[in-house]
Amino acid sequence: MSRPEDTLPPDLHYNDTEARKYTTSSRIQTIQASMTHRALELLDISSPSMILDIGCGSGLSGEILSSIDPADGGPHIWVGMDISASMLDIALQRDVEGDLMLADIGQGLPFRAGTFDAAISISAIQWLCNAESSEVSSTGRLTRFFNGLYASLKRGGRAVCQFYPKNEQQRTMISGAAIKAGFGAGILEDDPGTKNAKLYLVLTVGGSAEEGAGEDITGVVKNLDGVDVLDARRKHKEKGRKDFKKGSKAWILSKKEQMERKGKVVKHSSKYTGRKRNIAF
Amino acid sequence: MKVLTLNFLTCAVKACKTTSASFPLVPKECELVSDTIAPNPTLLTNLLPRVDWPALGSIAVALGFPSLSPLPPTPADLENDTKMMADLHTLLLETQISEGSLVCANCGHEYKVKEGIANFLLPNHLV
Ligand SMILES: C[S@@+](CC[C@H](N)C(=O)[O-])C[C@H]1O[C@@H](n2cnc3c(N)ncnc32)[C@H](O)[C@@H]1O
Ligand SMILES: [Zn+2]
Repeated sequence: MSRPEDTLPPDLHYNDTEARKYTTSSRIQTIQASMTHRALELLDISSPSMILDIGCGSGLSGEILSSIDPADGGPHIWVGMDISASMLDIALQRDVEGDLMLADIGQGLPFRAGTFDAAISISAIQWLCNAESSEVSSTGRLTRFFNGLYASLKRGGRAVCQFYPKNEQQRTMISGAAIKAGFGAGILEDDPGTKNAKLYLVLTVGGSAEEGAGEDITGVVKNLDGVDVLDARRKHKEKGRKDFKKGSKAWILSKKEQMERKGKVVKHSSKYTGRKRNIAF
Repeated sequence: MKVLTLNFLTCAVKACKTTSASFPLVPKECELVSDTIAPNPTLLTNLLPRVDWPALGSIAVALGFPSLSPLPPTPADLENDTKMMADLHTLLLETQISEGSLVCANCGHEYKVKEGIANFLLPNHLV
């Protein structure tokens, strides 16, 4: 299936027809909602906050921020940025509570330093890998975006960006740009290897000296639930290379260790790891 | 767009990034609407230290509100003064700019606001 990102710029892809189709699809509504809840879980904010929704579209992600119960630390207020006037138009019609801006995140973020407690982005930032025009490179756009995001978050703040890289190169390009901007970064992968695999780029802005500068890519998520981060180097020394039957639980666990050594954050191993899933065709 | 948000917005033009004159953006010929939003004292207390008080004062005056006290309330003031809490709630969260423009005092760029949505798209040469 061809990716819309490779076909048209986002403001042209998300025209009136597509924006409506996207927003009214119950399949999309469900997926976007579950990813937003996952991102919120990773943000781990405990009190009503000011949140930036990057590529907010028609507000499927943002409206969840407004609806968080006080018992769960909400409700939050949010500012949403999107490049598609059609998507924002639908957000208006749906009467979302956040403030909306028509803006291109590849041009930077026009906020004072330390404006936001946190930021989320659901299914948007892979668009930055496609250069808008010959005048600007995608590297330049990624740099402006992450530099702007870094500055507009408060110290100790966090951002979680779920994204769909086309390939390994885009994934590295995105996480590399985030790290270069000063973020501590980790990638969490839910349901790896399945067609529902979801990647979350978890970013932290250093707060105090001890947890700040020089934070290791896996260190970022060490306090998050459901992510198992081991000390990669020590593990490496202890265990030699072993051969396991491909697909066995031991094989998966050793693959996970390999990925962790490369600084990738993988899903917590559970009693379900390595079990056959029911795959329906 | 909420007055609160305006208190955080700066000019997006590259040449304005390094000057303090690009904040706050000045509201011009703005129409306001008022939206009822459930009070959220914890949120206000969280936000207050981040609000640029002098900028909020000039924004309030430009939008036709009476001028604010010269100094921001302390968290204790806010907690004990329900009227002040309610007034700030109204100004920062319930008062919204629906039409008009926001002007950079440094470069003069005008950001149009339509149906509450500010347009921050820039031509490439200004980025
Ligand atoms: C798949 S939609 C997701 C919308 C929303 N976050 C959700 O979960 O439903 C991707 C959105 O990213 C926006 N987008 C893509 N590139 C952008 C850019 N450079 N600046 C701002 N928004 C962008 C698109 O316009 C689109 O609305
Ligand atoms: Zn300017």
